[in-house]
Amino acid sequence: MIALPKGLQSYLNETGNIAAFAIRFFRQAFKKPFEFKELLRQCYLIGYKSLFLVIATGFIMGLVLTLQVRPTMIEFGAVSYMPQMVGIAIVREIGPVVTALICAGKIGSGIGAELGSMKVTEQIDAMEVSGTNPFKYLVVTRIWACTLMLPLLIIAADAIGLFGSFLIETTKGNVSLTLYFNQVFDALSFGDLLPATFKSFFFGFAIGLVGCYKGYTSGKGTEGVGRAANTAVVVASLLLFVLDFLAVLVADIIYEI
Amino acid sequence: MISTQNENIKSSIQSPQPLIRMKGVKKSFGSNHVLRGMNVELYPRENVVILGKSGSGKSVLIKCLVGLVEIDEGIVEVLGKSIPDMQQEELDAIRTEVGFLFQGSALYDSMTVRENLQFPLRRHAERMKGQDENTLIIEALKNVGLEYAIDLMPAELSGGMKRRIALARTLILQPKIILYDEPTSGLDPITANEIIQLILKIQREFDTAALIITHDMDCARVISNRMIILQDGINYAEGTYEELSHIQDPKVKAFFKEVQSR
Ligand SMILES: Nc1ncnc2c1ncn2[C@@H]1O[C@H](COP(=O)(O)OP(=O)(O)O)[C@@H](O)[C@H]1O
Ligand SMILES: [Mg+2]
Repeated sequence: MIALPKGLQSYLNETGNIAAFAIRFFRQAFKKPFEFKELLRQCYLIGYKSLFLVIATGFIMGLVLTLQVRPTMIEFGAVSYMPQMVGIAIVREIGPVVTALICAGKIGSGIGAELGSMKVTEQIDAMEVSGTNPFKYLVVTRIWACTLMLPLLIIAADAIGLFGSFLIETTKGNVSLTLYFNQVFDALSFGDLLPATFKSFFFGFAIGLVGCYKGYTSGKGTEGVGRAANTAVVVASLLLFVLDFLAVLVADIIYEI
Repeated sequence: MISTQNENIKSSIQSPQPLIRMKGVKKSFGSNHVLRGMNVELYPRENVVILGKSGSGKSVLIKCLVGLVEIDEGIVEVLGKSIPDMQQEELDAIRTEVGFLFQGSALYDSMTVRENLQFPLRRHAERMKGQDENTLIIEALKNVGLEYAIDLMPAELSGGMKRRIALARTLILQPKIILYDEPTSGLDPITANEIIQLILKIQREFDTAALIITHDMDCARVISNRMIILQDGINYAEGTYEELSHIQDPKVKAFFKEVQSR
């Protein structure tokens, strides 16, 4: 056998482990008993706790994007296309990616730390001996909740981002709210919305999966918990960019056809 | 059904069946050979203390008994049934007969005391048929003297209170056997003694048998009917406190020296 460099080896190992963890999720995700109550609770926690952060970043994102782009558009005499331009940029790319990255930081690290400390303090073992499958109760519910809630958070960020952009436009260019959003929705086709929504489910899944994987398999001691939270964010963020690239690639191929 | 029950009764009269039987159990983590042929038997109404240095594999040993750790080799039987051969459902059933008190109490941080006690009941409601959930919870809390803590969060409890709540959660399914993983670790001597008295009270009231892991010699002396010293991955020495305290072996004496020097 050819000896791979140590770094590459552990990288491949980790990728394999995450894939195995994902398979374990799919094996159990559709099997009874379902933990509906815990799923709802997680949806609420994940959605509600990140909502403010997501809205704040979305709003600022809209402001900044409009302020930055506007002078250039004026130069080209295309300032009337501002709503279209900003709409496509936010809905297709910036909204999903920025929101997902924020959520990787907030939700991913939270799940990593929570499950990590449950592992270290034997709470997961305690669940197991009291007849509840901890993988189902803790992991499956959290991954589902992330997958379901992230698209909603992204839609919220998109909407508030567009609103922020509108505020700049209306102060500088005197556009009405209806006119602005009419132009935005004219510019957006189904082909923009569908891939964007589609990939946001994958983003949610990735954040939940990596957070749970890191927490659930965390090492011993408080050090292990810290590392679980930290690496959850790093790995999830990386994975988000890979997924985004794949999504764009696939969407591009579909457009060609 | 009836005939096998009769047979069970007969055989238990002839020679008492051990509730727990471990024979030649081996377990390694990579090159770390933790258990190398461990034998343990636990009989009804017995309190057996397992002594061992930290890292000697005590927690691994009792986790084998409830299937939290898979053994590499050997026999592990609980209530006459082999643990390694069990399917998930059988394992869940046998786990209701075996209570487990974890080392750091392992209360669920995100749940109130009430929800903590409810948790074992959610999958085993049928075992507690005909009994009201609320009554069971309050009853369990009364046993440990903490009825008033029912709506508190674990973060609001002291170490000793956490241990008691954990004990109540262990007792709620009325197990026949209780496994205690260092029940007094991290507690001050007075609180530790309260926990020891509680363990003795529970054994008297419910006729349970217990395996108690500890490296606290005072606890071991008060609580044990019999002691097993886990050293080098085997049951190095066995006997009552009295018997073991007279053994001249240096490794056994080391456990007793610690007490005298304190
Ligand atoms: N899941 C595990 N993976 C790898 N090693 C483990 C695992 N659990 C325990 N060990 C190792 O087994 C040994 C015994 O651990 P443990 O039973 O927890 O000791 P103690 O007697 O203090 O309870 C230690 O060296 C520990 O590192
Ligand atoms: Mg231990």
